[in-house]
Amino acid sequence: MPKTLVQEFTKGLWDEIPPFRLVLGLCPTLGVTTSMENGLGMGLATTFVLVFGNILISMLRNIIPSQVRIACFIIVIATFVTVVELVMQAYTYALFLKLGVFIPLIVVNCIILGRAEAFACKNTIIYSIADGLGMGIGFTLSLGALGAIREVLGSGSLTVWGDLSYSVASVFPSFQPFTFLVRAPGAFICLGLMLCVLNAIGKK
Amino acid sequence: MNEMVKMVVVLTVLSAASGGVLAGVKKGTASQIEAQQLTFVKGPAIKSILAGSANDPISDRFKIADGELERNFFVGKMNGKASNIAFESYGKGFGGDIGFMVGVNLASGKVIGAAVTTHSETPGMGARAKDDPAFAAQFKGVSIRDKEIKVSKDGGKITAISGATITSRGVCAAVTNAMATYQKLEPQIKEHIKQFDK
Repeated sequence: MPKTLVQEFTKGLWDEIPPFRLVLGLCPTLGVTTSMENGLGMGLATTFVLVFGNILISMLRNIIPSQVRIACFIIVIATFVTVVELVMQAYTYALFLKLGVFIPLIVVNCIILGRAEAFACKNTIIYSIADGLGMGIGFTLSLGALGAIREVLGSGSLTVWGDLSYSVASVFPSFQPFTFLVRAPGAFICLGLMLCVLNAIGKK
Repeated sequence: MNEMVKMVVVLTVLSAASGGVLAGVKKGTASQIEAQQLTFVKGPAIKSILAGSANDPISDRFKIADGELERNFFVGKMNGKASNIAFESYGKGFGGDIGFMVGVNLASGKVIGAAVTTHSETPGMGARAKDDPAFAAQFKGVSIRDKEIKVSKDGGKITAISGATITSRGVCAAVTNAMATYQKLEPQIKEHIKQFDK
């Protein structure tokens, strides 16, 4: 049974939420989620590339010869990633500095190539947009949630965006941050625990 | 055969289109990116040097071509008059070029402030040139019309950072360069600065 447009969109939010269900795109998931702002920024950049990459690949799906399709996908994706990089450098320079090398690495993010290969090159443009948007938002929310947990517990603060920031110490004065969580091993443990919780909920 | 031609054509057209788009975006964002880099990388140094200016020195800037280089000059206004100017020059340090921002009062030709902008010196040693403001403060009051400036070990009057003589020499070389640049470009600087005197 073919899925409806709404189903294509919502599957990225729960049934196939990228880092947890598909377990794709783990490199940025683990690398940049030291704070919520970083996670959201990375997620939005990825969403942009995902949506526009899907649109273009879906448009060109009948022209691209299947033998060189991966090369064509990479060209399209790399172009959009470079556009994102330049735009972030121009308008959100502080975030650009924090995300650093992870922005150019969006090119090799498995989610994007995965969606291009598995979805956009077989479906119409409207469906590809719904798919890209759903996956992108799911990815952004996952990164935001993971970043928020790590930031609150690991550095004792929560930065929503820019200067809008809250401190845990103002609510619980005796709180001591687990600095372990903002380091790399903390990312693995947090991700594992979140996977476990999501699977437990999903089973019911 | 036909299939192969199609592959080559598709890939070529796609690559060319992508190149075109990127060139366009790069051109469109170039000036904004430059402004952001100036604000974040050089902004703090410029603000501290030209402290008390009535204007925003980062947006009030002009460029002068110096040989193959284009140098940025930042204008600081005091009492409604564009009286101070800051610009960057480079000297060779221990780990590479040290960028040193020098602020000059145009009327007296004296250095009013100085700070390290970019460097790759050893943390805790040469990097103190940036972290310890007392070092850069020694350049205050030096005349930009002098020939050169040296550390005390070489017969000059700047006290080197202990354990970081090469860094200190690099900063002195940067200031010496700044002197040469200023003396060479002074007529043009004074010409350009008139447009900010309003």
